[in-house]
This record gives sequence, structure tokens and C-alpha cells, in this order.
Amino acid sequence: MTEPAVIEQARSARPAATPRRMQPIVPARTVAGNALVLVVAIMTFLSCLTLGAVTLIRDTASVWQSQISREATIQIKPVEGEDIDTALAAAQKIASGFAGVRAAKIVDREATARLLSPWLGEGLNIDELPVPRLVIVTIDETSPPDFAAMRGVLASEIKGVSLDDHRTWVDRLVSMARTTVAIGLAVLVLMLAATVLTVIFATRGAMAGNGQIIEVLHFVGAEASYIAREFRQHFLRTGIKGAAAGGLAAVAVFFAFGWWATRNVATPQADQAIALFGNFTIGPSGYAGVAVVVLIVAALAAITSHLTVVAYLHDIDMPGHAET
Amino acid sequence: MRAERSGLKIGTRAPGKTVLIRFENVGLRYGMGPEVLRDISFHIPAKSFQFLSGPSGAGKTTLLRLLFMSLKPTRGLITVFDRDRARIPQKDLPALRRRIGVVFQDFRLLDHMTTYENVALPLRVRGRDESSYRSDVTELLKWVGLGERMHVLPPVLSGGEKQRAAIARALIEQPEILLADEPTGNVDPPLARRLLRLFIEMNKLGTAVVIATHDLTLMDQVDARRMILANSRLDIYD
Repeated sequence: MTEPAVIEQARSARPAATPRRMQPIVPARTVAGNALVLVVAIMTFLSCLTLGAVTLIRDTASVWQSQISREATIQIKPVEGEDIDTALAAAQKIASGFAGVRAAKIVDREATARLLSPWLGEGLNIDELPVPRLVIVTIDETSPPDFAAMRGVLASEIKGVSLDDHRTWVDRLVSMARTTVAIGLAVLVLMLAATVLTVIFATRGAMAGNGQIIEVLHFVGAEASYIAREFRQHFLRTGIKGAAAGGLAAVAVFFAFGWWATRNVATPQADQAIALFGNFTIGPSGYAGVAVVVLIVAALAAITSHLTVVAYLHDIDMPGHAET
Repeated sequence: MRAERSGLKIGTRAPGKTVLIRFENVGLRYGMGPEVLRDISFHIPAKSFQFLSGPSGAGKTTLLRLLFMSLKPTRGLITVFDRDRARIPQKDLPALRRRIGVVFQDFRLLDHMTTYENVALPLRVRGRDESSYRSDVTELLKWVGLGERMHVLPPVLSGGEKQRAAIARALIEQPEILLADEPTGNVDPPLARRLLRLFIEMNKLGTAVVIATHDLTLMDQVDARRMILANSRLDIYD
């Protein structure tokens, strides 16, 4: 390309007059606006954290429940004149014959000794003591066997037998888990209510400084819908900014806990925490919940600003507002 | 019209026969209080020029708000551009208000927008593209003497400049009536005279002007209709 052609092209590419970037109708950065972002972020963070904690407790509770109801135990006490090994084998056979039983496993001598070693010490000869023996029955959770029938057959064929289907434990755990989840939900409801109110009042606070803008727009002939839209969009953006920051911070906290748990695997603290709460992941429903909280909070800010504008415009047009 | 915006003289244009706004026995009270305005009857002809005067608190601003349809009377009949105010649906008000320009005593400029953006605001809120009105706004700003102050923010402007920006904003849509509430209340006498000349020139260009003021010296400079509010009633001196 020749030099004049390049200059010519550059000239034609330059716009005749550079269009200025117009300021938004609602000022972008104000002290009240920044404070609103911060308040929204903090409240969303706390709400998401509560939501995550409740999700965690709910998931963990259901895991406890299913783990413990997955097994039943047949216990055979030593009876004078009866061979315990024969009784164990018979019990295993009976249990395996029931529909809904996946496996029945005898806890052998060594395993029983290991179970008792914390109380009776090492090097224990189990045959010298009248120690009850166990058969662990693994159950198909979806269609559990008829425990009453199994209990009846076992009792009729084997002496000193008892069947523990862990029902007492499961019932206790279920009620405990339900209570915990109910408390968690109550805390979540309170937290969300506090968030809703805080966001509403913070938005109204941020809107208070915008009265003059609403009034000027009204007097220059702007439609009410135009004014409301401008504010709604502005506060939706503000809300999303704050809520997304809070939501992301909460997700980061969950990741950090998860990472800590993986790093400290097999240490007593982590084992204890994992035994109680699983591996600190809140799962897809938890993340979906965080997203929903973020959207609700942002929408709240937008709706509040919209209603404030409508109320303000209504007030302008009502006698009693004006000074004489 | 733009070509005529030069060479002003003190003196107003003879009012036209068309009536823009008519008040018949209008009364207004706030809540359960006494009537602020009582039995007000007058009309604003097209291209007319008038002062609205009276002591502080007499109800000048209230009367201006009634003229701008920002308040509804508690009784009486107001006809705006041949339409009964009481029967105008809410959705039609913005379009009618655009035919009326308002200048406030306290300017009401938006501090986060430049002078240019403030003046262009009435066009912008109608959804017009900036390129379609840029030259009009620039020309108007030059006309009111703010050509050099176009891109500064209102807090930097002097009182007189702010008032001229507010007037330009009221004029950008070429309204049929201009309502000005104490437009010279915050400026010194020489500047008040300059602003008055601006209003007179606009009137010559065909805009009906209503200036609410209690400044007698200002009114003495122009031979125009005077509407005096006192004791909730209005007396008119043609």
C-alpha cells in the first residue's frame, strides 16, 4: 500500500466526531451505593454459609441413617452343651435364606478378639470366656427382609440367639437428624429473613439520596416506567455485584474446608470431622441453593428500588407533598 | 427559529388568541387544612408573558405545580392544551408535560452529569439517540452563553451559569409554555437582567412565559401582565 493511501485510509477510519460516553442516569458510584454492595455481599455470604451448613447436616444425617440401617446383627450367646460354631453357621445359613439379605458374615474368633482387645487386652483366648459371637447381616436397603420372621426362625432353631436390626439406633438417629435439620432450617429462615430486611432497608437508604434525580426526571417529562426501569437496572447490577461476591466467598469457604479435610486425612481431627460431617462438600443442591440466594438477593434490591421509585412518583403527584 | 436568536430588545410579544391553559374557580387544599388557593380563574394565552407574584408562602409554587399538572386541584376546572386536567390519564401526562418547560429556583441540575448532559436530559429520557440532538443542544448552550462550560459538572458552575443551564434544559424541547420559579432568586441584579432578557427573547420566539417572582425591580423592567397571589386569591393586572 502506498503512503498516501495509508494516510487516506487512516483519515476515513477516524470518526467525524468522537461520541462521548454519556453518564448513566443513576450515578454509578456513590458512598451509599458502595455501602449497599458491601451489605448485600455480607448478608449473602452469611445466608449462603447457613444454607451450606444446613445442606451438609441434612446430607450427613441421611448418610448416618442409611449406613446404620444397612446392617443387622445376629448375636449368639454361648450355651452349655451347644457348639457355638455350628450355631453361627446355622444362623448364617438361615439369614442368607431370607429375601432382602445381601450377605451374612460370621465375625470370626480373631475379629471378635480384636473387638474386645481395648477392654480385655491382647493375647486373649476367646474360648476361655463366654463371649457372645456375631453374624453381620448386610441388608438390601431398598427391600429389607422380614426381621420378625427371621427372628422367629432363628429363635426356634438356635439357642441363645438374638437379632438386632438396629431399629432403636436408627430411630434415635432419625429423630436426632430431623431435629438437627429442623433447627438448621429455622436458622436458615431467620438468616434469610434478616437478609431480606437488610437488603430492603439498605436499598431504601441508597435510594434516599436519589430523590432529586427521580424528581428531575419526572419534571423533564420522563415516563414513570422509564424512571423505574433506570433505577431497577442500576440496583439489579448493584445487587448482583454484591450478592455474587458474597456467594463466591461462601463457595470459597466450602472449598477451603474440603481442601483442609483432604489435606489432613488420617489425622485425628480430620477423621473426627469426616466421621461427623462427611467430606465437607455441599453437593450440587448446595451450589444451586447458593445461586438461588444470589439471584433472590439481587432481585430484591431491584424490586425494592422499583417500588421506592413508584412510591416516590406517586408522592410527587399527591397534594400534601409540595411546599407552597 | 434559530436564526432569530440574536438581537434582543426589552418588550414582549403580543399574546396570541389560543389559550394554552385555563383555570376556572380552582381551589386547592392540602389534606384537611385550609384552602391554599381559592377561586382562582385565569388563562395563559399562547405567546403571552406574565409575572406571577405575591408574598412568600402565598402559593406561587403550588400554582406553578398546578400549571405543570404535578398537583390535582381539589375543586374547579383546569384545561391544559384543550384537555380537562381531571380526565387526562396518568400515561398521557409525560407527553403533555414535555410541552411545558420548568425552571426551578434551586436549578435541580444533576451533579453527576455535565452541563451538556443535563440540558440534553429531556431528549435522552425520550429514548432519542445522542447523535440526533447533539448539535441542537450545543447550539442552545452557546445561545445561553454556556458554550465554553458544556463539559463541566454543575458543582463547578456559578449560580448564574447553573440557572442558564436550567433554562436551557427547560427550552431544549421548544416548549409552548415556560414556567420559571424565582429564576432570579439566587443571582445578582445584572445577571437577573440578563436572564430576564433571555426569557423575553424566548417569548419573542413564540413561547408563553410565566415567571414566579417577588422581585419588584425585575417586574418593573418589563411591561407585562402581573398576576398577584395574596390571601389565597389571585388578582390580575393586565
